[in-house]
Amino acid sequence: MRRKALFRGLACGLVGLLCLWAGPAAAQTVRAVMHAEVKFLDPHSTTADITQVHGYMVYDTLFSLDAKGQPQPQMVDTYQVSPDKLTYTFTLRGGLKWHDGKPVRAADAVASIKRWAVKDAAGQKVMARAASLEATGEKTFVLKLKEPYGLTIRALAKEYSYVPFIIPERQALQDASKPFEGEIVGSGPFMFAQKEWVPGAKTVYLKFKDYVPRKEPASFYAGGKKVSVDRVEFVVIPDQSTAVAALEKGEVDYIQRPHMDQWPLLRKNPNIAMYRSDVSQMQIHPNHLNPPFDNPKARQALLAMVNQEEYLQAIAGDPENFRVCHSMTGCGGWLETDAGADLLKKQDLEKAKQLMAEAGYKGEKIVVMAPSDFAPINAASLTTAAMLRKIGVNVDLQVVDWGTLVSRRGVKEPPSKNPGGWHIFHTFSGYAAVKDPWGHANISTACDKAWFGWACSPRAAKALEELGQLTPGTDAFKKGLTEYHSALMENVTYVPLGEFFQMSAYRKDRLSGIQETPHTVFWNLVKK
Amino acid sequence: MLIYTIKRVLATLPVMGMVVVFVFLLVRLAPGDPAAILAGDYATPENIQKIRTGLGLDKPIHVQFWIYLTSLARGDLGRSLHSGLPVSQLILQRVEPTVALALSTLAFAVLLAIPLGILAAWKAGSLLDRAVMVFAVGGFSIPIFWLGFLLIYAFSIRLDLLPVQGYVSFREGLVPFARHLVLPTVALGMVYMALLARITRASVLEVLQSDYIRTAYAKGVRPPAVLFAHALKNAAVPVVTTIGVGFALLIGGVVITESVFALPGLGRLTVDAVLQRDYSIIQGVTLIFALVYAVVNLVVDLSYTLFDPRIRY
Repeated sequence: MRRKALFRGLACGLVGLLCLWAGPAAAQTVRAVMHAEVKFLDPHSTTADITQVHGYMVYDTLFSLDAKGQPQPQMVDTYQVSPDKLTYTFTLRGGLKWHDGKPVRAADAVASIKRWAVKDAAGQKVMARAASLEATGEKTFVLKLKEPYGLTIRALAKEYSYVPFIIPERQALQDASKPFEGEIVGSGPFMFAQKEWVPGAKTVYLKFKDYVPRKEPASFYAGGKKVSVDRVEFVVIPDQSTAVAALEKGEVDYIQRPHMDQWPLLRKNPNIAMYRSDVSQMQIHPNHLNPPFDNPKARQALLAMVNQEEYLQAIAGDPENFRVCHSMTGCGGWLETDAGADLLKKQDLEKAKQLMAEAGYKGEKIVVMAPSDFAPINAASLTTAAMLRKIGVNVDLQVVDWGTLVSRRGVKEPPSKNPGGWHIFHTFSGYAAVKDPWGHANISTACDKAWFGWACSPRAAKALEELGQLTPGTDAFKKGLTEYHSALMENVTYVPLGEFFQMSAYRKDRLSGIQETPHTVFWNLVKK
Repeated sequence: MLIYTIKRVLATLPVMGMVVVFVFLLVRLAPGDPAAILAGDYATPENIQKIRTGLGLDKPIHVQFWIYLTSLARGDLGRSLHSGLPVSQLILQRVEPTVALALSTLAFAVLLAIPLGILAAWKAGSLLDRAVMVFAVGGFSIPIFWLGFLLIYAFSIRLDLLPVQGYVSFREGLVPFARHLVLPTVALGMVYMALLARITRASVLEVLQSDYIRTAYAKGVRPPAVLFAHALKNAAVPVVTTIGVGFALLIGGVVITESVFALPGLGRLTVDAVLQRDYSIIQGVTLIFALVYAVVNLVVDLSYTLFDPRIRY
C-alpha cells in the first residue's frame, strides 16, 4: 500500500496537477459499452441488433413479451378479438405522447405496422391475411383478417428484428426501402439526443419526463418502463481489453457483450456482476443451389460430419459457456425437439464420406468463406474446413472480412461461373429468433424467397403454416412440431452447431434493477 | 517563392482529381455491399435489393460518379450511407481528437527526441550515445498497442492516476483534456521519438564532420557555439522533413492508438467506414487526407529556405 502511494506520488510529480482532477460527477448518468455502435436510427430499416436496442430506448411497442414469453399490452390499453377471430379492435392508452409533445394517434400505429410489415416476415404473414387495417378514431384502430391467424398478437409483440416499433405517421409513410428522414421523435421512455450523437463514438439518450409507464411491474420487455436515470450514454470502446479496464475503473457501468476471454477477469472482480443475456445458435449454411449441396445427401453429409462439442469448444472454449443442442428451433424453449436429427446426434465420418459419394461429389473445390474479423464465426468456419478435409473434401478456404462475406453470400451462381460464388458460410442467431421459425429469416425454406442458401422445402413450409394454427402444448401441436422439424432435418436447411452463451457485465456497486433481456433495456435501472 | 507556391498549389489540383477518380473506383471495385451491411444479418436478399435501390447503389457506376462529381463541385462531400449524416459533419466531429493527439505527440516527440539526438551526436561513441540508441531501438520495437495496454495497466488501473479511455474536448476544460491525452501521447510518441532521435543524431553527426565545422574549430570557436550556431541549422533540413512527414502520418495513421484508448478520431472513422463499406465517408476522408499531405509537403518544402539559405525557389 505504501509502495503504491509512493509510486502514485512520484507519478503525480511527473504529470503534475493532472492527477488532482477527479473528473465530473457521473450521478444519474449510465455509461454503457454496447456490442456495436448505433449507426442506423430507423428500426424498420435494418435487422442490426443495436438498432433494435436504440428502438427500445426511443420508441414503444403495441405489445411486448413478458418473462413467460407471453404477449402483454404495452401501448395498447385494451383490445378485443371478435368471436370469429377475424376482427381485432385495439385502443391505445391515454397519455401517450411523442417526444415533441404531440399525442400518439391510432393513425401512427396503423402506418407503423404497415411499414414494418413490408420487411418483417412475421408482419408479412399477418398482412398477407389482412383484409384491412384502419384507424377508426384518435385512439382506436381495427385489423380485419380474411382468415383467422393465431399468431397475430405474438407478431405484434415480436422482440427481435424487426421489432414492430411505433413511429410517427409522417415517417412511417416514407419509402420503407430506405431509412426514414427527419428528426428522431419517439414515444418511448428515452429521447434521442441528436446534437450529442457522434456516430462511432457516442450516442446519448435523455429521460423523457412525460412518459407514462404502465402500472404493472416490469417483466422482460413488458410492464411499466420506469426511468430513474437522467441520461444513458452508449460509449464506443473498440478494444475489449480497454472496455474491461474502463469497467474495472468505473469509467463505464455496463458492458453488453464482453469477449469470452475477459469473463474470468470480470468474474474475479467483487464489484462486477455478470448475467446470461442471450443464447446464440451457430449454423452452417450450405448453398442449396450449387452442386454438390443441391443434393440433399451432400447436405446430410454435413450433419453426419458434425460433432457439436468440437465446434462449441472452438467457438466458446469452456464447457460452461455452451450447450449441445440438436434442435433447430432452440433448446429449453417451447419448440425444442430433436425429431429427425439422428444423423446430427452422433458424428460418423464414414457415413459422411459415403453420403458425399452418393451425392456425386468427385473432388471439386468447395468454397468455405471464413470471416477473420468475426471471432466465433471464424472459429466455426475453420472447424468446418478441417472436418470437410477429414471426409475427403477439397476445401477452398477463403478468408474474408465480414463486410465482404455478407455481400458475397447474395451470389447465387457457383464459384466456377462467378468468382464471388460460394458453397458454405456460417452465422449465428439469437435465441429469440431461433425459437420463432415464423419470423426467423435464416430458417426459411421458401426456395427463391428464402434466406441466403435458398433452402427449398415445400414440406417444411406447409408444416410450419399448419403449426402456426395449432395450440401450443397440445398433442396436435407436438405432432406438428415433429413433422416440421423432421422436414427441416431432411432438407438440412442449415446445420445447427449447438448453442453458446452471451454474457453481460455491470458494476453491481453502481447499478441495480437490470432487466435480463437480450436487447439491453435501461428502464427500471437504478444508479446508486 | 510566390510563383513556386502558386505552381505547387496548381500542381496539387490534378493530384486531387486523380485521388477522386481512383478512390471512387477502388471502393466500388472492392468486394462488399453497403446495402447488405446496412440491412443486417437477418435481412432477406429481397430486402437488401430494396435498400440498394433506395440508396441509388443499383445505378450504373458512371451515373453514380457524375452525381458524386456534381456534389463535390458544390463543396458537398455527400452523406453517410449508414447514419445519413453529412460526411463533412462527421469529419468535423472527428478532426479535433486526431489533431490534438497528433500535435501533442509531435510536441512530446520533438521536445525529447531532438535534444537526445543532438546529445548522442555530440557525444558520439560514448555511453550516453549508446544509451540513446538503445532507447531509440526500443522505441521502434515496442508495438503501440502493447505499450498502450501497459500504460493503462500501470497508470490507470494500478496507480489510478489517469483515465483509461476516451476524449474530452479542450472546450470542457484544459485539465480533463490534457489528462485524457497523456497516455495516448506517450504510447504513440515513443515511435516518433525514436525515429526523430535517430534522424537528428545522424544528421548532426554528418554536419559535425563537415569541413566548415573543422574550420570553425580551427578559428578557435568554442564547442557549444560550433554546435548551436553552425551545426544545428544545417542539420535541420532532414529533421524538419521527418517532422512534416510524421505529422501527416499521424493525422492519417493513428488508428491503433485511437482504438486502444477509444479516441473518436479520423483514423477510426476511416477504418469503420471501410469495414462498413460506407463509400461516401471513405471518399471524403481520403480526399481530406490527400489535401493534408499536399499542404504539409508544401509547408515543409517552403520551410527549407528558413534553414538553408542556399535553397531558393
